[in-house]
Amino acid sequence: MIDGFIALYIFALAAILGFEIIRKVPVVLHTPLMSGSNFIHGIVLVGAMIALGHADTTLEKVFGFIAVFLGAGNAAGGYVVTERMLEMFKPRAKKTDNDGEGS
Amino acid sequence: MEFIQEYLPTLIKASYFLAAILFITGLRRMSAPGTARGGIVWAGVGMLIATIATFLLPDMHNMVLILAALVSSTVLAWISGKKVAMTDMPQMVALYNGMGGGSAAFIGAMALFNAVDHLGGCQAGTIIDTPTTHDCLSGVSMIFAIVGVYIGAISLSGSLVAFGKLQGWIDKRFTFPGQNFFNGLVGVGTLALGLYLTQDLNPDYIWIFFGLSLLLGLLMTLPIGGADMPVVISLYNAFTGLAVSFEGFVLQNEAMIIAGMLVGAAGTMLTQHMAKAMNRSLGSVLFGSMGGSGGSAIDGEMKEIEAQDAAIQMAFADRVIVIPGYGLAVAQAQHKLWEMTQILLDRGVDVKFAIHPVAGRMPGHMNVLLAEAGVPYDLIEDMEDINSQFSQTDVALVIGANDVVNPVAKTDPQSPIYGMPVLNVDEAKNSIVIKRGKGTGFAGIQNALFFAENNKMLYGDAQDAIARLIQGLKAL
Repeated sequence: MIDGFIALYIFALAAILGFEIIRKVPVVLHTPLMSGSNFIHGIVLVGAMIALGHADTTLEKVFGFIAVFLGAGNAAGGYVVTERMLEMFKPRAKKTDNDGEGS
Repeated sequence: MEFIQEYLPTLIKASYFLAAILFITGLRRMSAPGTARGGIVWAGVGMLIATIATFLLPDMHNMVLILAALVSSTVLAWISGKKVAMTDMPQMVALYNGMGGGSAAFIGAMALFNAVDHLGGCQAGTIIDTPTTHDCLSGVSMIFAIVGVYIGAISLSGSLVAFGKLQGWIDKRFTFPGQNFFNGLVGVGTLALGLYLTQDLNPDYIWIFFGLSLLLGLLMTLPIGGADMPVVISLYNAFTGLAVSFEGFVLQNEAMIIAGMLVGAAGTMLTQHMAKAMNRSLGSVLFGSMGGSGGSAIDGEMKEIEAQDAAIQMAFADRVIVIPGYGLAVAQAQHKLWEMTQILLDRGVDVKFAIHPVAGRMPGHMNVLLAEAGVPYDLIEDMEDINSQFSQTDVALVIGANDVVNPVAKTDPQSPIYGMPVLNVDEAKNSIVIKRGKGTGFAGIQNALFFAENNKMLYGDAQDAIARLIQGLKAL
């Protein structure tokens, strides 16, 4: 069981970590990082599953269903979009003469 | 079998722990260009582990409902995420982020409604933290649930508005006098109602509270202009993180607490970085100060150029710098641009791309678009690196960028954009601006560059204008 103070410690440490990681990042990575962190809070899916898994009344089931639906969208969509963005960062051969690609 | 039963809870807890570590590592790797690609995979593995572990939790029912929601949404989001054009990525991030915020808000609302059903079993008003042994909420948990609903709902409706604006469905800034005061009133009032819920957990009030929180997100986002949307989306991203973290506390789920707070902090930091790159304070983005038409009027006229002449000018230049902007992103002309660049490179022209930190729709977005079109990294230069080179440049080709090349930012202290870092296009020997029409940029400020003696305007949509330039080059 996590009581208030343990939670406070976890909150504080996770927050400091988050600040530290993003303190110095190149501008190029701003958009992919936003997308990547957007994926990470997709963990809300787990909470939504737990909530729906314990739902009894109709209202709870409806809300739970919506929560799982939204959470899964966050996780799945966030992953795909981030992966596509970061794919652009794959190292490519350094040459300026064209090799027919892209035209 | 009994063995597994006995250790299952520990195994599940361990999975959540592992997931949290993988998220942290993933985010760390994503924050450096070299390791960024692997980072998302680390985080993805974490998500997979956490999701599978959740299925194994004891006492879970409604499995069919869970699977139905999970599978249908995953498939939809997966396909939409795969199909969307690179230029439309930012609004998809907004959409998925809003979904996460909404999910957290609904979880919080469920916890509250659930507590209503069990009101007999526990005292709703107890602010002292008593560990939850049954379905009722302790005072601290209830406050977290309520604040999570508040923040999550704002993130949901706010992100949807941001999505609508970037998608072009909502193209107006919606403003009225006293708006900030009114919004502030709604914001404080809603929060007050939320705190009142800890004393009197009335289902009707929960509904009203949820509704008002959604309305607040709407009210907050409608007055903000499209060009500020990146900062806003980033802010709501942080909001969702916080909401997820708080609901994680309600559900006593460590992975949610850690991952949510991690994103809450990282997102806040990222929002500040973005605002700084645009020379905007977060306050001025949220409470609007970019309506002014200050600054002196500019005399002179804009001179038009034919595509054929522009092509000739570039073909016989030693050095060309291309400045891609918002207009290029909207017209999705990055492939055509690279095609044109290749022709110039073949002719021996030295071509570079100058990227303003906020070029495109989001910071870093233009780099992604150019990379997608196949432009090699070594041709792409950041503003600080290339700004001194404009004076030795024959032709600067501006494509759909406006405020980021406006010399007024350097010269006119009266101008609203004074002090914003800009590209020194005005120092180039010649400049050509591809632009759709004669209007001002999003800031509504006249651009002194367009009236300069050595500047020519090439009117047209970026896609079409570049196609005409290519024709012109091929005809030589």
